[in-house]
Amino acid sequence: MAEPALTVESGATPATAKGLPQWLRLLVYILTRAVTIVITSVVAVYLTIIVANMGGKVDEIRKAEIDFNVRQMAVADESLRHLSVAEYNRVVEARIQQEYERQGLNQNFWARSVRYLWKAITLDLGQAERLTSDSGSSWVRQIILERLFPTLLLFASAQLLIFFLGIFVALALSRRYGSWLDRTVIALAPTSAAPSWFYGIFLILFFAAMLRVFPFGGMVKAPPPTDRFEYALSVLKHLTLPVLAQVLSSVFHTIYSWRTFFLIYSSEDYVEMAKAKGLTSGQIERRYVLRPTLPTILTSFTLLLISLWTGAIVLETVFNWPGLGRLIYEAIQKYDTPVVVGTTVIYAYLLGLTVFLLDFLYALADPRVKVGSGGRRA
Amino acid sequence: MNALRRTWEELGRYPSAVVGVVLIGFIVAIAVYAVIAIPYSEAIRLWRGGDDVWIETPRHARPKWINWFRKEKLPETIIVRTQENPDAKTVIPYGEGFSEIQVVFEFEYTADDFPSELSLFLQGVYAREAPYVDAFWITPDGREIRLAEFTVGRSYSYRISQDNQVRRRVGNVAPEIGLFADPSVTDKLVPLKGTYKLVLDGFLFEDDATIEGSLIAYGKVHGIAGTDHRRRDLSVALLWGAPIALTFGLVAAVGTSLITMALSAMAVWFGGIIDWIIRRITEVNMILPMLPILMMIGIFYSRSLWVILGAVVVLSIFGSSILTYRSMFLQVKESAYIEAARSYGAGSARIIFRYMMPKIIPVLIPSLVVTIPAFVFLEANLAILGLGDPILPTWGKLLNDAYEQGALYQGHYYWVLEPAVLLMLCGLGFSMLGFALDRVFNPRLRGL
Repeated sequence: MAEPALTVESGATPATAKGLPQWLRLLVYILTRAVTIVITSVVAVYLTIIVANMGGKVDEIRKAEIDFNVRQMAVADESLRHLSVAEYNRVVEARIQQEYERQGLNQNFWARSVRYLWKAITLDLGQAERLTSDSGSSWVRQIILERLFPTLLLFASAQLLIFFLGIFVALALSRRYGSWLDRTVIALAPTSAAPSWFYGIFLILFFAAMLRVFPFGGMVKAPPPTDRFEYALSVLKHLTLPVLAQVLSSVFHTIYSWRTFFLIYSSEDYVEMAKAKGLTSGQIERRYVLRPTLPTILTSFTLLLISLWTGAIVLETVFNWPGLGRLIYEAIQKYDTPVVVGTTVIYAYLLGLTVFLLDFLYALADPRVKVGSGGRRA
Repeated sequence: MNALRRTWEELGRYPSAVVGVVLIGFIVAIAVYAVIAIPYSEAIRLWRGGDDVWIETPRHARPKWINWFRKEKLPETIIVRTQENPDAKTVIPYGEGFSEIQVVFEFEYTADDFPSELSLFLQGVYAREAPYVDAFWITPDGREIRLAEFTVGRSYSYRISQDNQVRRRVGNVAPEIGLFADPSVTDKLVPLKGTYKLVLDGFLFEDDATIEGSLIAYGKVHGIAGTDHRRRDLSVALLWGAPIALTFGLVAAVGTSLITMALSAMAVWFGGIIDWIIRRITEVNMILPMLPILMMIGIFYSRSLWVILGAVVVLSIFGSSILTYRSMFLQVKESAYIEAARSYGAGSARIIFRYMMPKIIPVLIPSLVVTIPAFVFLEANLAILGLGDPILPTWGKLLNDAYEQGALYQGHYYWVLEPAVLLMLCGLGFSMLGFALDRVFNPRLRGL
């Protein structure tokens, strides 16, 4: 396992030249990154909202919501009972206008967009127009929360698999550099040009349509098994093809580029030195090849993850996976604007979180962060 | 020029580059053929497909070449037209404008499977009173099956496959099966081979009146690519998908790469606040979910491929490659020749565009070629989500149609495989060439 390399043993270098203890440097670095990422995420969400509101779509969502709420309240209002229909409508209309004003819908574009930004940040995403969650709620927040877990399950399993498979195979290949296996993987690297859903289609064709060994799509079989173990087994079976599709679409290129990093680092003088000292190849790999390469690998993994999130939307659609990607597809089909805007915002958050998580690991892996000789890539 | 030839020769030593170039050549050839053979407006008209455009092609037909691999041959579409065969009509005049007419639609049937549909399209030619006919079906073994009787209007379609009375008469199977089935085989349904006739016996009520028309026994194979649920010939979209994919991929990749390069050169050259701004924008852009934003643009504003293309370029300019270029320009900036340029008084624009940018073009070219497939697939991404261009036929839209019609569940594999294979070939071509170029231009990777 690559575990030993991931945890950096402390105590090797005590206090640094600048006098701050290591853990404090680490903390300062992580906090700085966290603040940066929060700011970038907010800016990203703001841009998303501006794109959405250029055509006044967010305004429409808000107005429809206010109309609905005011009318609901008017129905329950005792004091309006005795009014004539015309009177009643006039009063309701006046209240709606008042509410528009109160919520700033007649303010200028920029003032409104800042207001919406705040609502998006606090996940106050409004009500869906047509879609509902499985539990029957039409609050966008509820719908999204329900879809979050399947998405995370699918992507976490695929991404972990790609990461560890990538490191292992890349290390093994860099050891057998030039062998037929190595050549095969290099030759297969260009296949990563196709996104995961594309391989998904082929996998469905072979394993679901022709061989009938795996299901076409979905997350559990219908009706869902009541037994917990059986439920997990069914989910696992449905998980296989989409995970395989993601692995197929990115693993060869990942292995190729990581293997190249490993090869570049294993030609360093200190590796020769270690060999001369008579260390075993396992020790050399862990201490002198994997350790210095890890920051570079994490950076390239971050970029890979960002592109995987994008491919995810179509992958979930192709596999009928009840996650966020499928949700955004359904919302598009039904022109459910609040859900589309809400999901886009959530995607911005997920990307921000992914970047932060990898930054955190990066900080653990890169000794320069602790010693204070410069942070991560520019 | 010399450098170009040397690069080319070196590329020849990489098998993947050769394969890549061949694949790209293949796609380009398709694209050129498509643009020449089917003009743009014609392609759009065909793909939009009104009522009459695809009336003579079968639904869900597989490509013709599938028969080469099958022992039991699937039928091709058979069309019998009265215009092409004047002997098919016999008219016996009775005087005073009144005459008897017999129209025979005769054809050989040799396939091992039943047709997918059977229809009769008739045009009655008359001034006031339309001809009236009885329709019979005569099988090769001489059985006569009554179909229907009807008045032949100016444009009359008789969908035999949907006639429930015929269905009952042939033993409660679909008419296109019952009419062709061999009665001597009882355990399963097999078509009887031989000469079939559809006979119209009837009367004309005017001197110049007549009946024209065609009998269509729709097959189960069509053309080189087959047809979809709306009877459209898939080859139109397969052919036209190539120029669209190439244009989209090339414009997006070249546009993005050049602008990105110019921006990072500027960031390095001017430094300070400009550098800071460009780096922050890049960080924000990394978190910006590109596909959902493109989807929002598709829903709220426009689905036109060219609008989406513009948005793609804008969103990809601040990609991660800006940082790679930046670190290269930082080295270039320190070079002696840049200092020389500055000392003779070259302006900033001149230094950036004439001295700095050409220096890293060798790095730019491989990454440019490698990103082309990403953009080609991005178009397919949007199309498969139902956000494809509403009028243009593309590979992605074929996949979307196939997906929405459940092609995989129903076994219409050709429908999914054809666009998928073309997408794959196009993606692989550029990707393989790009990988080889990368190794040629980046000496550090050479030999690895």
